[in-house]
Amino acid sequence: MDINQKKATRQSFGEALVELGKINENLVVLDSDLSAATKTSLFAKEFPERFFDMGIAEQDMIGTAAGLSTCGKIPFAATFAAFATGRTYDQVRNSVCYPNLNVKIAGTHSGITVGEDGATHQMLEDIGLMRGLPNMRVLSPSDDMQTKWAIEEAFRIEGPVYIRLCRLATPSIYDEKNFEFGKGMMHGNGTEATIFATGDMVWSALQAKEELAKEGIEIRVVDIHTIKPIDREIIVKCAKETKKLISIEDHSIIGGLGTAISEVLTDEYPAKLMRIGMNDIFGKSGKAQELLEYFELNAEKIIKCVKNVDNL
Amino acid sequence: MKDLEKIAFNIRKNIVKMIYKASSGHPGGALSSVDLLTVLYFSEMKVDSENPQDENRDRFVLSKGHASAALYATLAEKKGLITQENLFGFRNINSPLQGHPDMKKVPGVDMSTGSLGQGLSVANGMALAAKLDNKDYRVYCLMGDGEIEEGQIWEAAMTASHYKLDNLCAIIDYNNLQIDGKITEVMNPTPIDEKFKSFGFNVININGNDMDDIQNAFDKARKAKGRPTAIVAKTVKGKGVSFMEGQASWHGKAPNEEEYKAAIEELESKLK
Repeated sequence: MDINQKKATRQSFGEALVELGKINENLVVLDSDLSAATKTSLFAKEFPERFFDMGIAEQDMIGTAAGLSTCGKIPFAATFAAFATGRTYDQVRNSVCYPNLNVKIAGTHSGITVGEDGATHQMLEDIGLMRGLPNMRVLSPSDDMQTKWAIEEAFRIEGPVYIRLCRLATPSIYDEKNFEFGKGMMHGNGTEATIFATGDMVWSALQAKEELAKEGIEIRVVDIHTIKPIDREIIVKCAKETKKLISIEDHSIIGGLGTAISEVLTDEYPAKLMRIGMNDIFGKSGKAQELLEYFELNAEKIIKCVKNVDNL
Repeated sequence: MKDLEKIAFNIRKNIVKMIYKASSGHPGGALSSVDLLTVLYFSEMKVDSENPQDENRDRFVLSKGHASAALYATLAEKKGLITQENLFGFRNINSPLQGHPDMKKVPGVDMSTGSLGQGLSVANGMALAAKLDNKDYRVYCLMGDGEIEEGQIWEAAMTASHYKLDNLCAIIDYNNLQIDGKITEVMNPTPIDEKFKSFGFNVININGNDMDDIQNAFDKARKAKGRPTAIVAKTVKGKGVSFMEGQASWHGKAPNEEEYKAAIEELESKLK
C-alpha cells in the first residue's frame, strides 16, 4: 500500500488496453466522444486503425461492438458508466447479453467521485443494472494493479464483461497481480467485523481497519473485485467468523454490492448486514472528497458502524 | 427468375403454415419481405448451407426480428439449415425457433434480434470487421419502415456513412404499415429515401416485391464505392394473401383454420 502512489483506475484501464493491443491484433476499442476522459485515447494514439470513435451515440457504439465481436474481434466499448450502462441498457441486454457475445464494456466515472459534474453523471445504479443480466460478469477493481488485472481478465473471458472504473485518483493498494476471478481479497483476519468493499471504497475500508487497530479493534476487509459471479464462500466464511458484517460501495444500496452479499446471506447463512452506500438518492455537485464526506462514504462512517455509534 | 418465384412461393406457404400451427406470429411483415429474402439467399449472398459459419460468408441481419418466420422459412429452403420438421415447431417451447431470431440456437442466423432499431449498428460492426481484415464479404440488413422511427437507426446511419461502409447494404421494407396503422399517421418517417440520402447513402428506390428490380438494386449496390447503400423497397404488407394485404391488423395475428386454408389455396392458385 502506498498513499503517495495515486492513480485513477480509468488511467490504468487505458494503459492496460495499450499493452493488450500489442499482443492481440483482434482487440479493438470504441468510445463515444470521451476518449480523453476514459483514457482510451492512449490506445487510439498507439493503434489508430483499431480505434473507433462513435461520436455521441452510445447505443450505436454497443451495437457496433456486438457486430465486430461476431466476426472475431474483441471489442472494448468505453464511456462514462452512466451512459455505458444506463443509456444503452436495452442494447447491452439484447445485442450483447442475450446472444452472449464477446463484448467488454468499460464504465469510467462511476459513483459520486465524479464530483463537480453532479448527479446526471454520477452513476450509482450500474452494478445493479449489469448484475441482473444473464451472461454478464461484473468487475469493480480498487486500484491500479487490480484494474490492469481486471482488464486482462475481461480480455481472457469469452463473453460479456462490465468493468466499473473511477475518475478519482486513489492510492495504490497492491504490488502484484495476485488475484483470482470470482474470489475476494481478504485483508487481515480480525473478528470484530468484516468490511466488504469494492472499487474506490476499498482504500477507505483499509484506512478504517488501520484506525480501529490503533484502538485494539481488529477487523478484516474483503475487497470484492468480482461482483458477479460473487465469492459466496468468503461471504459465508466471514459471516461465521466475525461479529459484524458491513458493506460499503460508491453505488446505490439497491442492487449493488450490499444487495449481492445480502442475497448470498439469505441463501446460505442468514445474518445482519449493514449496507453503507447511497441511500436511494441522487448525488450532487461538489469536489469528490467533499462529496465522500457529505454522503458519508468514508472510513469515519465505517468506524462509527463498527463501534455501534451509527446503527444502520 | 422462375426458380426464384417457386422458392418465394414455398417460403410464403411455409410462413402461413408456421404461424397457423403456432397460433402466433407476424404474417404481415414476414410476407412483405419474402421476395427480398429470396433474392438475397438464392441469388445475391455468398452463403454455404454446408458451412453456415464460414468466416468469409456474406452476413444478413434481420433487424425487424419479428419477421422471423420469413427468415426461418428461407433458411429451410437453403437445404440443411433448418429441417422441415423443425420449421413447424416455430415458437413452441421445445423448438430452437424462437419468436425472434436467436443466433445461438439456429445455424445460419447471423445475429439475434427482436428489440427494434438495433440491427443496423450490428451490421456496421460486421462491415467494419471486414474492412479491418481486408475481407470482401458483404453485410445486408433488413429494417422495417416503422422500425426506422427508432433513434438508434439514425445513429447507425451516421456511422455507416462516416466509416464509408460500402460493403454494407441496408434494406428498408417499406410496406407503409405498423401496428397502430399507417406509418405516415402513427409517426411519419417519410421521406425515407431523402433521409438516407442526406445521411450520405447511395439510395435506390425499388418495388420490393419484384425480383428483377431487387436483383438490379443489389447489382448497383455492389458497384457503389466509398459509401453505404440503402435500398428503399416498396412492398405490400401481407403480400400474396389478398385478405392480409395492406392490413395493419395482420401485423401480429395468426390465421384461424378457415383463413389458413383460404390463404394456402390462394397462394397455390397463383403459382399455376
